[in-house]
Amino acid sequence: MVLAPADRAAVLALWRKLGTNVGIYTTEALERIFVAFPSSKTYFLHLNLSPGSAQVRAHGQKVAEALSLAMNHLDDLPHTLSALRELHTHKLRVDPVFFKLLCHCLLVTLARHYPGDFSPNMHASLVKFLSHVISALAPSSGQIGSVVAEGSFV
Amino acid sequence: MVHFTAEEKATITGLWAKVNVEEAGGEALGRLLIVYPWTQRFFDSFGNLYSESAIMGNPKVKAHGRKVLNSFGDAIKHMDDLKGTFADLSELHCDKLHVDPENFRLLGNVLVVVLARRFGGEFTPELQASFQKVVTGVANALAHRYH
Repeated sequence: MVLAPADRAAVLALWRKLGTNVGIYTTEALERIFVAFPSSKTYFLHLNLSPGSAQVRAHGQKVAEALSLAMNHLDDLPHTLSALRELHTHKLRVDPVFFKLLCHCLLVTLARHYPGDFSPNMHASLVKFLSHVISALAPSSGQIGSVVAEGSFV
Repeated sequence: MVHFTAEEKATITGLWAKVNVEEAGGEALGRLLIVYPWTQRFFDSFGNLYSESAIMGNPKVKAHGRKVLNSFGDAIKHMDDLKGTFADLSELHCDKLHVDPENFRLLGNVLVVVLARRFGGEFTPELQASFQKVVTGVANALAHRYH
């Protein structure tokens, strides 16, 4: 089982609470990563990245849909996310560090908007869920020998 | 080396003045121990770390969290010389405690999440960016002895 029952329940409950607003928060996570980790913009040079950009919002919505999809297929993540994995790994060639930073920015966003719901246990459950998503999306991120100096990413 | 503009220093210092170091420190350390459980191995002497409530209510966690956050406060007072400021702590964490430097980055990011939770809308992307530089600088300074 990919995620323990308590973690699943916690994450699903939060997602239900976010409802149709998930896209708002994934968009904010993107806005945060572009400001806090500017080299991440390299994957989006074809988009207008100014604050409030409709294109960033559209991509945020795609990320939201992918996360919701993942949440509903926790026992079948590699298969569910195979097309996205193919796209991000072979076509877009995204450095796996980027996904970790985006997840961090999503946690920052959720903590900022839902301080009362963002208990330490919820924080832990979200980290576990997002780690599984990253593993399914970017399997090479677990490769031995790849030491990443996140400080140098800025 | 991390460089801070005058404006970044001002906004960082401004927010830090409002941080409740005691509470935020305990929260950051507690969250580290819960979200990344292997970090508990460095705190065997702290007693009960068996549940979320035990960890967050543990007086030793709170006291040590305050110590840790006071160090970040020192960093903010010496943003131009983080390596010098953390030389002794680097020796302690690297040479004596044998903490893998990745854990410094994890704690730094947990602290950023704690600040976001406590300051809400005030914790803008720009303010987050400034604090990411602080926590990266601190993590690098603490890891300096490994080089």
